[in-house]
Amino acid sequence: MTICRAIPLLLLVLMIFTDAQSATAGTSLKKISLMPLWSPQAQFAGYYVALDKGIYALHGIDLKILKAGAGHSPAQTLKDGGADFVLLWLSTALQQRSAGVKLVNVAQMVQKSSMMLISKKSSGIKTVTDMNGKKVGLWGGDLSIPPQILFARHAVKVREIQQSGTVNLFLRGGIDVTSAMWYNEYHTLLNSGVDLEELNVLSLNEQGMIFPEDGIYTLEKTLKQDPNLARSFVAASLEGWRYAFTNPDEALDIVIKYMREAEQPANRIHQKWMLGRMQHLMSSGNVQGATGVLKEQDYQAVGNSLRKAGLIREYPEYSTFIGRSNAGEK
Amino acid sequence: MPGRNSIVIKLILVITLSSSLIFAVTLGYNYYRSRIILEKELEGNARNLAMSLVNRVETVLTSVTKVTEGVARSLETGRYNEAELLSLIKTTLENNPDIYGSCIAFEPFAFKASSRLYAPYYYREKGKIAFSRLEDSYKFVPYLYWDWYQIPRELNRLEWSEPYFDEGAGNIPMSTCSVPFYAQSGGTKLLKGIVTADISLESLTELVSSVKILKTGYAALLSRNGMVLAHPLKEAVMNETFFSIAEARNDPSLRELGKKMVRGETGFILYKSLVGVRSWMYYAPIRSTGWTLAVVFPESELLANVTRLSITMMLMGLTGILLLTLAVISIARSITKPLRSLAAATHVMASGNFDLELPPVKSNDEVGVLARDFQMMKESLKEYIKNLTETTAAKERIQSELNVATDIQASLLPRLFPAFPDRPEFDIFASMDPAKEVGGDFYDFFFIDQNNLCFLIADVAGKGVPAALYMMVAKTLLKSEGQRLGEPGQILSCVNNILAADNDSCMFATVFCAILDTRNGEVRFANAGHNPPLIMDSGGVRYMTLKSGFVLGPMPDTDYATEHLSMLPGDTLFLYTDGVNEATNFADELFGEPQLLAALQNGPKEELKEIVHNIRTEVTRHANGAPQSDDVTMVAIKYRGKAA
Repeated sequence: MTICRAIPLLLLVLMIFTDAQSATAGTSLKKISLMPLWSPQAQFAGYYVALDKGIYALHGIDLKILKAGAGHSPAQTLKDGGADFVLLWLSTALQQRSAGVKLVNVAQMVQKSSMMLISKKSSGIKTVTDMNGKKVGLWGGDLSIPPQILFARHAVKVREIQQSGTVNLFLRGGIDVTSAMWYNEYHTLLNSGVDLEELNVLSLNEQGMIFPEDGIYTLEKTLKQDPNLARSFVAASLEGWRYAFTNPDEALDIVIKYMREAEQPANRIHQKWMLGRMQHLMSSGNVQGATGVLKEQDYQAVGNSLRKAGLIREYPEYSTFIGRSNAGEK
Repeated sequence: MPGRNSIVIKLILVITLSSSLIFAVTLGYNYYRSRIILEKELEGNARNLAMSLVNRVETVLTSVTKVTEGVARSLETGRYNEAELLSLIKTTLENNPDIYGSCIAFEPFAFKASSRLYAPYYYREKGKIAFSRLEDSYKFVPYLYWDWYQIPRELNRLEWSEPYFDEGAGNIPMSTCSVPFYAQSGGTKLLKGIVTADISLESLTELVSSVKILKTGYAALLSRNGMVLAHPLKEAVMNETFFSIAEARNDPSLRELGKKMVRGETGFILYKSLVGVRSWMYYAPIRSTGWTLAVVFPESELLANVTRLSITMMLMGLTGILLLTLAVISIARSITKPLRSLAAATHVMASGNFDLELPPVKSNDEVGVLARDFQMMKESLKEYIKNLTETTAAKERIQSELNVATDIQASLLPRLFPAFPDRPEFDIFASMDPAKEVGGDFYDFFFIDQNNLCFLIADVAGKGVPAALYMMVAKTLLKSEGQRLGEPGQILSCVNNILAADNDSCMFATVFCAILDTRNGEVRFANAGHNPPLIMDSGGVRYMTLKSGFVLGPMPDTDYATEHLSMLPGDTLFLYTDGVNEATNFADELFGEPQLLAALQNGPKEELKEIVHNIRTEVTRHANGAPQSDDVTMVAIKYRGKAA
């Protein structure tokens, strides 16, 4: 079904943009792939919109967005050459770099940490310090890095419980504190019948954790081979995001279409919330027109934090990390 | 035509409008009361329906719970090798058709020290019982981190999971009953694992979805998080929560309702349902799972019977009112038909045609009475008019006869002046204006012999024809007796005796009779109750003093004295009847003798015609338009002396 539905769509897109292709990218489009952090949702609206509206094709790119989600590691896939571009959190990317994967940041989309630590008011937990000895739900893998650094900073020892993709463990009282993304679980909690007044919400960002999240990464060698490709890809992605923010309803239609194709339950109002938060997160702290740029001070701060926490031994120069170390070669 | 004011239209308007109003009020009240009764009944019905559904779901859930707990307890009490363990799960599944799948999931290394995870799982697949190992089936997230394992593990108690899609193992939407089981080790309970039993969400929601309520009513099921589990809004099932719908619709009241539901409250409310229809909803919790069951009755369908009844009643009422209107029209017409024909007939009659036949009216009601009375009135009027016509004709005839009589009477009096143009010794002038066609006054003058002129003025009591007839007699007698006797006293006595002889009607007349000797101006006169004449001579104007005498007619053998007066040349005698001095104006003031005297003194004195006309003018002026009540008669005579 999915394929059957996708083919005519792709054909349609191709037909519409045939003229544009020949004008801009010559005879053939460059086939590349992107692996997002998770299965289709509004967190990645820009890419799906750019794909669906033929923006990538206009930039000479034939993009394939790879299946992602549980069991799919973008970092591993990038390392293995399974994807040309992946989305990673800065903290994950630095870890990977430290572990020897020569990846570079070509664009930084989410400018700050959108992670939150949420507890019920009835539990009396108001600060990070209050979490000492409490059962705290953390996601497995790299996503637990920012909260762990926060706990280390406050010298707080929590009882870590690995939490799943649902908020039920927290709702039923299995854990005292849950990790939540502002654009996702936070809203899921509210729409499970919990009022904001019943919750204590600690935003990592407000706790001074400027941990930029979603960024576009590629391997250094990929960038070297075709720097224009990365540039086009980033430009097309940003254009996709701009289109999504100016046409949220259409963007939601597109996202939900891809969610259905991926057999994901699609709750429109939730995706709407997510898209709205993404707009905030991407524009946060930006100089006008500088969307998609990793700020050096943020980079240094995160690198420092990770090194202090002993998660990495060293991190490269900013210019190296963003693939400009050999700018002269261009 | 009476138009919009006609009785028919008034009747129709009043009766139709009043009966419509009464009917509308009755119908409205009926609808309102029926609605209230229906709503009261509905609450009971809805509660019963919801509770029966809750019980059916609870029965399934409770039995599954009991079985799962049983397995957990037996795991705690007995020792099972792997084959026995598998057999236990399989038998449990086989004996409980409500259970879709069952698993015993162990804590790491709890089953055997050699392997970390162990979770054998039996489930139904295409009618058969299939087997899998969950530590292998779940490719990405180990079973340790699934809600069905993690929540009861952390809470150390039985838990029903939020419904989920069991991707990798059962591969259907399900809810899992999980019971932790423990090993006793030196007095402390040590968690060994979790026993689960899955129920297929589909089989459960079918229980709910299959309930038919009215036409589009439905039963719905919400999870503990408000997730829509069973609802006619298919795209919302397992995708939307009550709260996300509330957010999408920007409806805080819906969110409040959802909170009441997930808190496990029970309620009966009128609200706008998720499918956008005003509906009554009864909701009640399913205690085992914390879910909510709701039954929804669309208000319009609920009221459909009442509405239909009301519409039928309305149609009946309208038909009734229509028939009533027709009946009113018919009755009103039957009442007003004779009235209208009567009106048409009387309209013709009003223009004077009384010969028109009135339409026959058979009814005995008021209209009948009116018609009969009208008939009688018509007859009476016709008769009256006939009489009037005859009377008028008779009166006209009499009038014409009277006119002739007037002419005759007038012709009897000497009217040609100067009366004696060959006698210069005297002048005489007279006039008589009768108050009616014929009068009772008269005057006369004639020569008895060559030198003696007899002149007289008389007034017969009464007026009109009797007086005229009496006057005729009196005048004739006076002339004939005057010529025979030549002496005023004798003349009056003689005439009196003749008149009194056959005077049954007791008529009488006043007379002044005089004889002038034209040779010397000597006047002999006698008076029978007449007004004294005036004399105008060199001494002025004055009333004559004379014996009054008795009136002619009533009494025979009355004596009348003859008196004498000498007139010098230029002297004038003025004779008049009481029509002059007793002429009245509207204020009933008499003209009076003093005014007559003054009028003569101040008026012309030479020409007799002018004297008489002057007095007539003065009298008319005094009357000032008041009708003349008596004949006005005047005679003036002037002695000029013997001709030279």
